[in-house]
Amino acid sequence: MGGSTLTPATLIVERDGLDALIGELRAQHRTVLGPLVRDGVITHGEVTGIDDLPIGWTEQQSGGTYRLQPTGTDEIFAFSTPSESWKRYVHPPRALMLRARREGPAITVETPRPEPEPVAFFGVRSCDLAALGILDRVLLDPEATDPNYAVRRSDIFIVAAGCSTPAATCFCASMQTGPSPTSGFDLSIAELKGSEPLSYLIAAGTERGAEVLGLLPGRSATAADHEHATAVHDQAVAAMHRTLDAADPPRAAAAPEHPQWNDIAERCLACGNCTMVCPTCFCSSVEDTTSLDGNHTDRTRVWDSCFGLDFTHMHGGPTRTSIASRYRHWLLHKLVTWQDQFDSSGCVGCGRCITWCPVGIDLTAEIPKLARAATEVAP
Amino acid sequence: MTVTDPRNPTVPPSSRPSLAVWKFASCDGCQLTLLDCEDELLAVADQLDVAFFLEASSASVAGPYDVSLVEGSITTEEDRARIQEVRAQSKTLITIGACATAGGIQALRNTSDVSEFLRIVYATPSYISTLETSTPIADHVSVDFELRGCPIDRQQLLEVIGAYLVGRTPNTPGHSVCVECKQQGNPCVLVAHGTPCLGPATQAGCGALCPSYLRGCYGCFGPAETPNPHSLGATLLEAGLPPDELQRLFHTYNAWAEPFRGAVQVPTPTHRRPATQQENTR
Ligand code: SF4
Ligand code: SF4
Ligand code: SF4
Repeated sequence: MGGSTLTPATLIVERDGLDALIGELRAQHRTVLGPLVRDGVITHGEVTGIDDLPIGWTEQQSGGTYRLQPTGTDEIFAFSTPSESWKRYVHPPRALMLRARREGPAITVETPRPEPEPVAFFGVRSCDLAALGILDRVLLDPEATDPNYAVRRSDIFIVAAGCSTPAATCFCASMQTGPSPTSGFDLSIAELKGSEPLSYLIAAGTERGAEVLGLLPGRSATAADHEHATAVHDQAVAAMHRTLDAADPPRAAAAPEHPQWNDIAERCLACGNCTMVCPTCFCSSVEDTTSLDGNHTDRTRVWDSCFGLDFTHMHGGPTRTSIASRYRHWLLHKLVTWQDQFDSSGCVGCGRCITWCPVGIDLTAEIPKLARAATEVAP
Repeated sequence: MTVTDPRNPTVPPSSRPSLAVWKFASCDGCQLTLLDCEDELLAVADQLDVAFFLEASSASVAGPYDVSLVEGSITTEEDRARIQEVRAQSKTLITIGACATAGGIQALRNTSDVSEFLRIVYATPSYISTLETSTPIADHVSVDFELRGCPIDRQQLLEVIGAYLVGRTPNTPGHSVCVECKQQGNPCVLVAHGTPCLGPATQAGCGALCPSYLRGCYGCFGPAETPNPHSLGATLLEAGLPPDELQRLFHTYNAWAEPFRGAVQVPTPTHRRPATQQENTR
């Protein structure tokens, strides 16, 4: 938290204040990545000012369906989870790990690393902030640090944004990861939905966040502003109907042979979309490619999915051949064995795996069925 | 880090493996992919002796060949015999493209009456000598590697040749197009726009070309390793795709590939199948 008395901890700004914030981050030579509308969805990309943001847009999400919709207002943050998480930037789909070159009898091996690049993430949702925390725990583990991730994560200015309008697929409240960010940001924005003129309560979470806040045009926040923010938060929580009871996943894990797994497998396409869009799924495989003359070899890390057969390919073939076994592995790792491995759930309740599953398989609907079955089988 | 290579890195021309490229019933598109490798073509020619490739040169060298690339499906008696010869002349036989790996578009005849087609298309049907079926090469001879696509992907072809040259397994994943689609950062056209897409049932390899242009996948790389076409088909019907269009979607480039063949309810004339289709060798 900002310790200096000269730098405010909170500020009320209007649209020009948000624009100034993006401008200030760019003046710090940061590439600002934020939400924008592209190809009919709200996703992330480089933003240069507030006009790039999804002003007046929201979306409808349900199992297997996503539709962009106008709000008829000039709210900027009236959407929920962008189609993509921040995983693409901190853990890119392809990363060069090693490069070998042969010249005559000598072989030179390099391990290239990305250049540290100052970036800012603008408008990070609370669930996605929690997901970054999970990736940090996994990939910055002092005993097994991912050097690529460490570089990319080293200088990110995070501007979080609370959710006023959760999608029907969201269940962050039940996972205790949202809808309002509580930590892990430099600045956090709350859109005071319904205020005239539309204003934003910005809170600093770090000293450098407070310094930037001190440069923005605005006024100090009153008790009424804070109450307004709390009311928006409460409404968002009340609007979220999906839940995942923390007691249920271990019960589901106790029923590995339940027929419900096969029922899921009849619908599951083993396409891997759920793992690709999940902000915490970090699995990858390693590919070696060689030039035709055999003098150059690149070793590349590539996003992979536990829904593929190769994922468990060992001597003698893959071990998870049925789709049921692959779905079960994914779900139970995410919700149960992740706890044993990394001391948290692997799920932050963003709902992306529900929306972007082409057949709309919904973990919040499957888990209670599996859990109920388990208690019925073993009372 | 620098280490010393135990092998002699220079390959004398005489020890370069010989390459032959064969055409069966096909459109030549896959062979053209090899010629399209422009920048890398010289590098290929440096490593392999192109001994037989009518598309590129009329000069030819008699077999045997170290590696054969086979394009096209078997649709005539002559070709049924010729593929046996090609196999006998080839140490390694790699089939390329949907025709060679699944029978191609021309396998649509497998579920129809060929004499009817002959009557409609040709003025003098009696001049045409053809089999009732179009079948993949692996139905007739053993195949060392199958490279999918209609046409094949240039990068994948170079990857397979490069892997062959150093004796490693090629990186040609059997998972769905969706994995590549998400690696590319595309929004899903099926979920976001309701556009019918075969990506979830189709093997990766094209780099999710069609979804990258907001088109649905046409399935030209054939079935993924463990597809679930029934579930996908049901979802596409639910999304409003008429049943005949669903059938057309599955039954175009890889109509005769096993999981696509049965994806929609069409009578399957099993009596016409000459041999059991081999598993994809990837
Ligand atoms: S499992 Fe699903 S809801 Fe949970 S974090 Fe991953 S994508 Fe989001
Ligand atoms: S659960 Fe859905 S998104 Fe995941 S692999 Fe199965 S069909 Fe694909
Ligand atoms: S657009 Fe097609 S290939 Fe891409 S994720 Fe969706 S279903 Fe899969």
